Amino acid sequence: MGKTIAEKIFDDHRVDQPFAGVNVLRLDRVFCHEITTPTAIQDLVARGKDRVFDPGKIKAVIDHVTPAKDSKTALQGKILRDWARRHGIIDFFDIGRNGVCHALFPEKGFVRPGFVIIMGDSHTCTHGAFGAFAAGVGTTDLEVGILKGVCAFKQPDTLKIEITGALQPGVFAKDVILEVIRRITVNGATNQVIEFCGPVVDAMSMEARMTLSNMAVEAGATSGICRPDAVTVAYLWPFIKDEYTDHKAALADFSRYLPDEDAVYAGHEIMDVTDLVPLTTFGYKPDHVKPVSDMAGTPVDQVYIGSCTNGRIQDLRVAAQVVAGKKIADSVRAIVSPATPDVFSQAMEEGLIKIFMDAGFCVTNPTCGACLGMSNGVLASGEVAAATTNRNFNGRMGKGGMVHLMSPATAAATALSGTIANASLFSDPA
Amino acid sequence: MTTFSGNALCLDRADINTDEIIPARYLTEIDKSALGPHLMEDLELEGFDPQKDLAGIDVLVTRENFGCGSSREHAPWALEANGIRVVIAPSFARIFYQNMFNCGMLAITLDRTQIDRLFESAAKNFLHISADVDTETITVTAGPDTFALPFTLSGFEKALVQAGGWVEYADQNY
Repeated sequence: MGKTIAEKIFDDHRVDQPFAGVNVLRLDRVFCHEITTPTAIQDLVARGKDRVFDPGKIKAVIDHVTPAKDSKTALQGKILRDWARRHGIIDFFDIGRNGVCHALFPEKGFVRPGFVIIMGDSHTCTHGAFGAFAAGVGTTDLEVGILKGVCAFKQPDTLKIEITGALQPGVFAKDVILEVIRRITVNGATNQVIEFCGPVVDAMSMEARMTLSNMAVEAGATSGICRPDAVTVAYLWPFIKDEYTDHKAALADFSRYLPDEDAVYAGHEIMDVTDLVPLTTFGYKPDHVKPVSDMAGTPVDQVYIGSCTNGRIQDLRVAAQVVAGKKIADSVRAIVSPATPDVFSQAMEEGLIKIFMDAGFCVTNPTCGACLGMSNGVLASGEVAAATTNRNFNGRMGKGGMVHLMSPATAAATALSGTIANASLFSDPA
Repeated sequence: MTTFSGNALCLDRADINTDEIIPARYLTEIDKSALGPHLMEDLELEGFDPQKDLAGIDVLVTRENFGCGSSREHAPWALEANGIRVVIAPSFARIFYQNMFNCGMLAITLDRTQIDRLFESAAKNFLHISADVDTETITVTAGPDTFALPFTLSGFEKALVQAGGWVEYADQNY
């Protein structure tokens, strides 16, 4: 019987099956940030087990609140920093080199097709874009991962989501994933892996695939996996060129994780996006999705462009294209947070930072910040935000605040208008 | 610990997410006990007052997809800091569910009709629930009524609860 991508990865990594359906997998990567790792570190120290299984496989970053905003967040960073130093974790990204984890780690070439990756962060599923089994876990799973290099997972079913047709101008990966979540709902893929496939995904860049995979968890999925292909190889080539003779050899190796023709799926959704329009959320759940045109005219107080969902260079380019030569509305404040230092540098080189500043944006350092209401643009009660982030839960960006999720293009257009609006990239592509 | 019991509170809403269970602004705490006062602070539920309603509660009964959203283990920690070690629901989000067992706590799945029965009982009387991991039975006392409901735990889930959590289990086995 054929296997899905997840089944193949599980077979490759299974070290034990202590009970039926429970797989203890060896880990290729344990990613760490300063919010969920310190408690694990302290517990290991308290137990007299201040060790790590493999410093080379652990990558750490201070990203959620950076630079530290108060002594508590400074202490979280310090615990992570001191731990990284004493265990020789070379790939620790401190202030100045740090960025949003799920943008930074792929950028540094830390993800490979077929890898098993955990992090104490629900958007770890982002790395499934590379054909990896990447899943968010809690601090205790992270602690055991750090100590033993293993993590236990129930054997997941896979839901195949095939995306067909072609995207219209002005419609992006963010709109696609919002539509997926709308269709299958927030509970639609619980305990399942989503495999994204089809010509539309094949045509997507790695950054766009990361936007798709990033929000798989909002439908309850364990991970959101895209098939590794020539695009994956091209992205990873600078990091793997010494391991393979050429791109073809790398592709042949990565292809062993492709699903078999006769793989068995728990479900198969075919989604034609030919007529897909830009979307946004309403209310407090990511599956409450409507066309932007239905929400047009809704006033917003803050626009936020950034996050592990949409803070990469391609996202900034589209947003800059929308606002170039224009000014944001007087009634709104707009923040753009390039997700990593390299994204920031690249944006500077391309003149995007100047475009944003001339338009009236506040340009910040790379951080998660406002996405979860911890810093860098928290909302006051009663305020409304338009954001390229991934959750619109009640109070997410600030107690009593409302968040409408959308693509960078829509967010940029909303900043110009002061109300939810479609970008001219969509409404007037000529 | 293999028996969990105490007063139960019913939260009649599906999709209660971990931002509502423990808001992100408290994630700067590294001491689990500091989370206690903030449990369910942002929960959107008509008539719910966390200070009043959570007092003296040991068991939560709720609706589908409890604990969705962020992976923060701070959610079970905040529950435990308030003496709540059992949650009963028709379904749970994956990460929250695993986090409960990793902490040696209990997440019990019952079908919709059984959950409805618990809500109906709670509407009339204070609910006291006792959950026995060995016999996989919950015993419900509501005023003069007492009834028992079976539940299922996987071998792994049982082992985690009996070991006291995943660190303990993994330490013994890997």
